[in-house]
Amino acid sequence: MIEVRGLAKYFGRFSALRDLNLDVPRGEFIAIFGRNGAGKTTFLRILAGLSRPSAGSIKIGGKSMPMSEDGRGMIGYLSHGTSLYGDLTALENLRFFSRVQGLPSTDADLRARLKQVGLAGREEEPVRNYSRGMQQRLAIARAFLRDPSILLLDEPFAGLDQPGTKFLVNRLQEDRSRGKTCLMVVHDVQLGYMLADRLVVIDRGIIALDFAKSSGSLGQFQESYGVLVQEN
Amino acid sequence: MQVGMLAKIWAVFRKDLLIEVRTKDSLNAMLFFGIVVLVIFHFALAGAGDSIRQVVPGVLWAAFAFSGTLGLNRIFAVEKENNCLEGLLLIPVDRGVIYLGKMLAVTLFMLFAECIIFIFCLVFFNLTVWEKLPWLALIFFVGTLGFAAAGTLLSAISINTRMRETLLPLILFPVVLPVLVNAVEATNVALNGTADGGLELPLTIMSVFTIIFVTISYVLFEYVLED
Repeated sequence: MIEVRGLAKYFGRFSALRDLNLDVPRGEFIAIFGRNGAGKTTFLRILAGLSRPSAGSIKIGGKSMPMSEDGRGMIGYLSHGTSLYGDLTALENLRFFSRVQGLPSTDADLRARLKQVGLAGREEEPVRNYSRGMQQRLAIARAFLRDPSILLLDEPFAGLDQPGTKFLVNRLQEDRSRGKTCLMVVHDVQLGYMLADRLVVIDRGIIALDFAKSSGSLGQFQESYGVLVQEN
Repeated sequence: MQVGMLAKIWAVFRKDLLIEVRTKDSLNAMLFFGIVVLVIFHFALAGAGDSIRQVVPGVLWAAFAFSGTLGLNRIFAVEKENNCLEGLLLIPVDRGVIYLGKMLAVTLFMLFAECIIFIFCLVFFNLTVWEKLPWLALIFFVGTLGFAAAGTLLSAISINTRMRETLLPLILFPVVLPVLVNAVEATNVALNGTADGGLELPLTIMSVFTIIFVTISYVLFEYVLED
């Protein structure tokens, strides 16, 4: 589903990614770990088409990047910045993102989606008045608007309270059972281990550890990850 | 152009309009700046007497251009707040759609501000222009469209730079000079009736400029917004 070969990204003299290779089969859920500044967000931004790589190639669903509109439509991206319009209400935000994509969602559909993420009764409130967690809930509703087949999630649990976390975990498990491909940057090792089929550590711009969940326990992964972090 | 594409352009346009109606950030700044320019010229040209009508087109377009630059600066600044630009770029649509929606929005904001500035201009310079209004409206529309066509692209280019507020006027005015010169010329012809049929050439030049810039911008917009 996703094929990454020799991926590199330079910001001036700083290399955020260097010779990164990864294959993600359709329906696989990958949790990505790594220290701050390891290159995780840069990697997801390139996959989402928000940033051009300095070198290397990426194929998603057999199509090379940069992708057409249809290719971009396969991807749902949730970053730790919510990218919402503060002067619009939650409903207006969703309505805009739905209409600009040409989706046939009615206001009733959009209200139902807001209800799903726990924003019922707050639909007509400007997003500026929302807490960080409520904004994250709205960003989640937006990311799932198209029902994308590939999910790129960059710290999706940031700012979420316990019910919000529970909702997102359930939603991701449901998507996983429906065969969706997911790459999720996360810092909570237990949560990542619970959700993912495979755990990947990015360090200094390369894949430093690639751990299949079937090959070991959470403790074994934590040990390998811990050693890696200490070494560097 | 397909109906679906028009609906997407309308969605971008409507969103910008809704935010502006709610905040009035651009319009307040555009009106204030435009009127201040008129006030300065009003005092500077107090002794011009009957020749004032010859100077008004230049004064008017200076006010339009300066206030329009503020509107252009704001049209992408809205997207920088809360990292909305990223959300916009993730939308699986032809990025030219975003350009067209934003260009139409900034054109509308400018035309609205120009109407108010023009009314102040009539009062300050004691002008009567009832019979010339349809021509002036056409010139304002074509000139503003040309200004916004180039300005929206350049505003998108400058938004990712550190000196965006300073950079935009520096790159904008040399590019839109053909529009401004012809708009002043056309306004002068319409206002003072100096030549029969003298509107055709400046209006044609402005229209051709607009078509060229809209086409170039539509194609290039895909590359302008990426980092």
